[in-house]
Amino acid sequence: MDDLLAARSQMAMSLAFHIIFAAIGIAMPLLMVIAEWRYLRTKDEIYLTLAKRWAKGTSILFAVGAVSGTVLSFELGLLFPKFMGYAGAIIGMPFSLEGFAFFTEAIFLGIYLYGWDRISPRKHLFAGVIVALSGAASGVFVVIANAWMNTPAGFRIVNGQLTEIDPVAAMMNPNAFSQTLHMILAAYAATGFAVAGIHAFMLIRDPTNRFHRIALAIALSVGGVTAILQPLSGDILAKAVARNQPIKLAAFEGQFETETGAGVRIGGIPDEEKRETNYAITIPYGLSILAYGDPHSTVKGLNDFPQNEHPPVAIVHLAFQMMIGCGMLMLGIAAWSAWRFWRNRKNPAGKWIDSNRFLRALVCAAPLGFIAIETGWVVTEVGRQPWIIFGVMRTSEAVTPMPGLIVPFVTFTLLYIFLAIITGWLLLRQVAASPKEFEPAEANDAA
Amino acid sequence: MMPLETIVAGIMLVSLIFYALLAGADYGGGVWDLFAFGTRAKQQRELIAKAISPVWEANHVWLILVIVILFTAFPPAFATAATALHIPLTLMLIGIVLRGTAFTFRTYDSKHDRVQRRWSLLFSIASIITPIVLGITLGAIASGTIRVENNAVTSGFFASWLALFPFAVGFFALALFAFLAAVYLTLETNDRQLQEDFRNRALVAGAVVGILALIVFLLAATGAPTVRAGISRSRWALALHILTAIFASGAFLALWTRRFRWAQICAAAQVSLILAGWAFAQYPFLIEPDITITTAAAPRITLQLLLGALGVGAVLLFPSYYYLFRVFKRKNTLIAIRENPDKVIG
Repeated sequence: MDDLLAARSQMAMSLAFHIIFAAIGIAMPLLMVIAEWRYLRTKDEIYLTLAKRWAKGTSILFAVGAVSGTVLSFELGLLFPKFMGYAGAIIGMPFSLEGFAFFTEAIFLGIYLYGWDRISPRKHLFAGVIVALSGAASGVFVVIANAWMNTPAGFRIVNGQLTEIDPVAAMMNPNAFSQTLHMILAAYAATGFAVAGIHAFMLIRDPTNRFHRIALAIALSVGGVTAILQPLSGDILAKAVARNQPIKLAAFEGQFETETGAGVRIGGIPDEEKRETNYAITIPYGLSILAYGDPHSTVKGLNDFPQNEHPPVAIVHLAFQMMIGCGMLMLGIAAWSAWRFWRNRKNPAGKWIDSNRFLRALVCAAPLGFIAIETGWVVTEVGRQPWIIFGVMRTSEAVTPMPGLIVPFVTFTLLYIFLAIITGWLLLRQVAASPKEFEPAEANDAA
Repeated sequence: MMPLETIVAGIMLVSLIFYALLAGADYGGGVWDLFAFGTRAKQQRELIAKAISPVWEANHVWLILVIVILFTAFPPAFATAATALHIPLTLMLIGIVLRGTAFTFRTYDSKHDRVQRRWSLLFSIASIITPIVLGITLGAIASGTIRVENNAVTSGFFASWLALFPFAVGFFALALFAFLAAVYLTLETNDRQLQEDFRNRALVAGAVVGILALIVFLLAATGAPTVRAGISRSRWALALHILTAIFASGAFLALWTRRFRWAQICAAAQVSLILAGWAFAQYPFLIEPDITITTAAAPRITLQLLLGALGVGAVLLFPSYYYLFRVFKRKNTLIAIRENPDKVIG
């Protein structure tokens, strides 16, 4: 493994690890706040128990997210110092704002997790709301920085140096809105489905357990609504990519030939040697419509871009297909849930949950959102290659001169595998310890 | 009016001081977790855990703030430090990851003694290694051995930090953090015996700080000549030395006479002055001798926006921080924790 590949792998692995905890850190506070708000409204202690249970899991996940995020802020420089030296002045702003958002999040999460008995219930709920908002803000700022790497703006290049730097324009870069919207929705959808899946699993074994029924309803509401909105944000983002990074769109689709009235591919395996994508089902005019809103528009194929600017097409296309597939399945399950809910609207509350087939589907759907996040991340990052700043700086120009990068790559990989195992194990312990039969006294013990 | 970049560098220094005073003490807590002994070892560990649980994640963010200011306002300095100090910084990151996760895992894993001891050991070892490596990187930056030509590091990946002086600074940082932690912990409990335990530890750590300070100063003669010249000769240096000495003796005296609030104030002032002294001695260099605050500074517009963001951020941050400490560090709540420890773990 050469040093460039090792550096890229370490960054990819670190991000792939952190993104899970970051997404949960954005979405879990919202679920906890909803549960606690229901408690304040209804005075039903089961909601309080639920908020506290979720808070315990979140506490573990947030700690791992916080430290793995710290690793990333250093790795930007440790692995790609020339990128940071070149671009720090222009994209440092969103990171600085993220710093304060993270500060707020960490402070109020401390208050939320350890302050149940120290402050009034209203103040406690308010602390939770701040955690939820600052968590989302953190995500927005980080993704803005990533969007800048895809659609750099707010500078001019004179003799290889950035001049006329405008950090505000850099933050308002063309992909900023669509990428942040897509990522934030993804965080809620993935976490909502994962949590709903866990409680659905418990309900299959213990169908009348009110604790899990309520948990499932809250988690699935958040996950379902966002899963229904997500394809819309995906469409906005795809159109932005078509406008700003046409080569990346061609890689998404495995589109080698420039084509007027191009079809959209479902599945298919790109053959980069022969420059064709085989075994795909093609929907005529689909791509032209999706990318430009006109069935007769022309989609520029990879062949019309210089070979040395091609991203690894097969990886990008397959990841893109997986992301879309997961998203569509989640959309379907969200629609099914909504339909079940509507059909049972006159039945006793919660009747819509009572179906083993439905619960089993939710269990199967639990990992879909995170698979979509991981593959979507591959789409956006690998799809940007060979650039670290699209069209401006190549990843190979940015990498550190440090030799032997395989050593930190392997070290961090082992470290993160260890953390993943322990975190999984501790979360299992938490789930296993969830209330079997709800008794109000539990609410006090759980404190 | 001070140039913008100097103001930003000043804020970066203040953030680093906050990191040392707050997160530093959390690392120090890990040190005393390892050295918990005697009949009250268990109570000592519990007190440490209760003191740092609600605040360590917030305290940790000061480091991220330092890094973010560094790479936004002084990108070439960040690129240089990240290249020349790749190895110690990577080790520090591993330490940060293990410290934070081991501490959290210990809270949520089985309460079985064997399991708890294992996480405690990992937590405390990481709490010891991380400050040492942090000190090594700062020592290397001060040493004047990181050399840069045409934006490329020419001094290699080992020479600048693999030397006596940076390591001495590393142990000095560890001693300072352990000292701070012991002093703060006397205020975290109303239990006289526990207070005495940490008072004794603070006195020992304070003595070690003094010895290591002398060693660092002596080694600086060859290890960091420019910074030492700054510390020894400048006009402000004498005033700074005297002030630091006053606060160091004040901390000792206050510990001796069991005026713990005064001890805390003096210890915090002492540590702040040590860091400020280093920064003043090194001024105007960010990385001595090739990168100054001015040469590394980002364009004016970036500095202006960053200062604006820092200003707005401070308005949000300090009241929030005050609230966090008011909720968890008030005396009456501390009594509540001790009487009902199960309530603490949310």
